[in-house]
Amino acid sequence: MAGGIVFRADTACSRGGHAITESAWTRRFLILAALGFLMLFLILPLLLVFVYAFGEGLGAYFRAFTEPDARAAITLTLITAAIVVPVNTGIGIAAAWSIAKFDFRGKQILISLIDLPFAVSPVIAGLIFILLFGARGWFGPWLLERDIRIIFATPGIVIATLFVTFPFVARELIPLMQAQGTEEEQSALTLGASGFQTFWRVTLPNIKWGLLYGIILTNARAMGEFGAVSVVSGHIRGQTNTMPLHIEVLYNDYQTTASFAVASLLALLAVATLAVKSLVEWKISRDHAAAAREAEQGRTG
Amino acid sequence: MRTFTRMLSPRLWVRTPRVLPGFGLSMGLTLLSMTLLVLIPLGGLILFTATRMTLVEFWEQAIVEPRVLAAYRLSFGASFLAALLNAVFGFLVAWVLVRYPFWGQRFVDALVDLPFALPTAVSGIALTTLYAPTGWIGRWLAPWGLQIAYAWPGIVIALTLIGLPFVVRMVQPALEQLEEELEEAAASLGATRWQTFYRVILPTILPSLLTGFTMAFARAVGEFGSIYFIAGNMPYRTEIAPLLILIRLEQFDYVGATAIGVVMLLAAFALLLIINLLQWWSGRYRL
Repeated sequence: MAGGIVFRADTACSRGGHAITESAWTRRFLILAALGFLMLFLILPLLLVFVYAFGEGLGAYFRAFTEPDARAAITLTLITAAIVVPVNTGIGIAAAWSIAKFDFRGKQILISLIDLPFAVSPVIAGLIFILLFGARGWFGPWLLERDIRIIFATPGIVIATLFVTFPFVARELIPLMQAQGTEEEQSALTLGASGFQTFWRVTLPNIKWGLLYGIILTNARAMGEFGAVSVVSGHIRGQTNTMPLHIEVLYNDYQTTASFAVASLLALLAVATLAVKSLVEWKISRDHAAAAREAEQGRTG
Repeated sequence: MRTFTRMLSPRLWVRTPRVLPGFGLSMGLTLLSMTLLVLIPLGGLILFTATRMTLVEFWEQAIVEPRVLAAYRLSFGASFLAALLNAVFGFLVAWVLVRYPFWGQRFVDALVDLPFALPTAVSGIALTTLYAPTGWIGRWLAPWGLQIAYAWPGIVIALTLIGLPFVVRMVQPALEQLEEELEEAAASLGATRWQTFYRVILPTILPSLLTGFTMAFARAVGEFGSIYFIAGNMPYRTEIAPLLILIRLEQFDYVGATAIGVVMLLAAFALLLIINLLQWWSGRYRL
């Protein structure tokens, strides 16, 4: 599905012949139209974030991060990601292992269920946890008696973020592990490796690049989630505001430079995520080419 | 008795004999976490509405209430327009990326995924600033009386950004797998380039294009972060359905919020089902 790692041969250059392509002018026009569209919708907004962030100079830019509320927001975002990313990575690897390496009935249904948080509105993701843990929710009175705060506190933010980023690692790994099959693992087991050794020495090196992108994407989404977190956080300044919520507070206060300064950190994170994705695609296609060459040599030699 | 023991045997539902270890552990962990984190909360949402509301109340509060109805119309209408824009321009971007080599192609290809990684609050404030009457683009449109930010066109633009990667990433592999021979055959039989496009290429790509369109639509219907900033959030006019849920919650109207949530959840289920059917359809023709 969308967002996944794709590896492909370079088909663009191999196409030749006048009968199956367009005139040079048509091509130029179409390329310009496509680039114009991307310029308007992607490049200009991204550029604007940095221009506004640095609009009042470096001093104003860095001052935005020294403010205590901004520090608290950055800390909370880092704590949330530090819990969510490892948990969802573990679950994602387990889900991908059971789905990609075994055949069972209802597999399609399970894959769709894993995708479910992706299809649900983030506001609903927040709402469901208010219904469960809120003061008037099912477990609300029970939690209140024991003085445990989940909603309008860090645990609620962590749980809502766990829900929203649930599918990402599994979605990256399932197609990759399905394509690799089970032969290598079976050989390892035949040669006497334990189950854990097989995973650690055979499966993990094969999926490491896809896994890396899955983790980075989960991290970007965990740090950037707005809707779900906004419902469960309660917007307590300096306490339950994550970075995206702090951006909202600053923006609504007309502190444009400060809000774009904080936004620029998240935009940089997004750009870094894309860079890792390109690197991963390059590594995977290189590994494939190397494997194909080896197979070719084995046949001729 | 024998059939009963055979029913219990895992052979019946595990198709191939399990050679690799860890099926029970990994499947158990997957099902447990999914049940605790996803299924119980979502089921709770539906149960909450079912126990607190009669069908008539549900109909009156979550479907035909004018403010709610206006929010649905805006959410689904703007999402449809945005998905349509993405179908046209996403196809164009995919076509250009697959067919025409140009300088900076790899960079552009990587850039397409930006909306997946960029937080919606960031794209929200950036688009609002861009299209506000004093913004880089807005100031050129304001003298013509064209208002984008704080009006419905702004919502369409924000939703287009959010759904942009879906069509491109669905159509791109389909275009790559397209066989050159088909186009050569069409050309040698006397078809013009345009005829080849809409009678050979487009029908082959259609299932992928529709899947991408539906994914972009589904993503847009639930979107909240970027719209919150650009919409202006006026009741009846620029208030989307997810925002109305939040407003009801802030008024401690849990029942009203949940009822709208149930409608949106059912819409998401329906869209997910359509996406699965479309993927099955497009997979059938793939070699």
